[in-house]
Amino acid sequence: MHRFANPTRFMRASALVLPWLAVATALLLGAGLLLALFVAPPDYQQGESVRIMYVHVPAAWLASAAYLSLAVASAIALIWRHPLADIAAQEAAPIGAVFTAICLLSGSLWGKPMWGAWWVWDARLTSMLVLFFLYLGYIALVNAFDDEERGARAGAILALVGVVDLPIIKFSVDWWNTLHQPASVFRLGGPTIAVSMLAPLLVMALGFTLFFATVLLLRMRAAILARKLRALRRAEAEAAGRFAAGPRDAAGSVL
Amino acid sequence: MTRKRLRLYAVLSGLAALGVATALVLSAFNDSLVFFYSPTELKTKSAPFERQLRIGGLVAEHSVARSDDGRTTDFTVTDGTNTVRVTYTGALPDLFREGQGVVAEGVLRRDGTFRASSVLAKHDERYMPPEVAAALKKSGHWQEGAATAGAAAKGAAP
Repeated sequence: MHRFANPTRFMRASALVLPWLAVATALLLGAGLLLALFVAPPDYQQGESVRIMYVHVPAAWLASAAYLSLAVASAIALIWRHPLADIAAQEAAPIGAVFTAICLLSGSLWGKPMWGAWWVWDARLTSMLVLFFLYLGYIALVNAFDDEERGARAGAILALVGVVDLPIIKFSVDWWNTLHQPASVFRLGGPTIAVSMLAPLLVMALGFTLFFATVLLLRMRAAILARKLRALRRAEAEAAGRFAAGPRDAAGSVL
Repeated sequence: MTRKRLRLYAVLSGLAALGVATALVLSAFNDSLVFFYSPTELKTKSAPFERQLRIGGLVAEHSVARSDDGRTTDFTVTDGTNTVRVTYTGALPDLFREGQGVVAEGVLRRDGTFRASSVLAKHDERYMPPEVAAALKKSGHWQEGAATAGAAAKGAAP
């Protein structure tokens, strides 16, 4: 891990991996959507509406997984001060926020026909909404400081505090009476979902995961380049400043 | 101890303290975080009369009765131990049927019946093609709303 904490090495390694990741993402998401929309059977209770699951559930999983990686990167940044960890955390946040938004919106579209309500304040839905606000709060906090480093540190602490929401999301459906049904896949006693529906779901979930990895690498590369550019500009401006403020005869001699 | 070690322990102990604090808060709030009461909880926790609350459970078999104008529906909500008779006027969700999990919002009247102002359908965590469900029903391995009833019964425990 320490080996890849070097930005130069990261740029080289990620350039090698990215094309493969992007192609695999496109293939998996394409295949997953075909399977989910055309091959998977309708549900005995929900009929065709069940196909919303193939977007809703992977988005929910990735919303939590992205937050976990945001928190791990924040911990590494706080403890070991790796320059890449801060970048990874900050670039993961918007992606996770979008996954959370997709989860909330698709869940709302699914809830209306199945439950009879767009939204209810049960423990699962509320804890997921809290996750969305955690992402937004993190993004706002990191950008609220003039000093980049202080913003990153404040954000990292908020990210770690927010981790308590993850087990609450996962177990909310077991701990409390909720309108949202309990877990179907990651549960004791095995999945309660037919294999013909589980397979497309897992393909979609893998596709979402690779999509996250691809976009994260792209964003991290862009962020590293942007930081380099800013450093160069600053060095240039400093050099120019020194030149302008320099002694008159020195300037004259250059001219 | 190096500074890195120190920061590691600080983060770990901070997280542990936060975890304990959250667990305490959640267990203290446990009752108010409940989205609905099961019929058993209505009895054991002596839910207030004429106050807005939600109840949940399964629609009991052969309990649904519609009024002549078709707008008012009476049905019994059960958690396997206790039951509540519910009256509701309005459109029901598509998933509403006998054996289905429901959550009804409304008020508990003094005669022990529940006047619902909205009824939501609660589906269980089982997903399967219709053929599989039909086969299960045919072979007698079908447990209607087994999971939802289990959850409601578990919720009834203190």
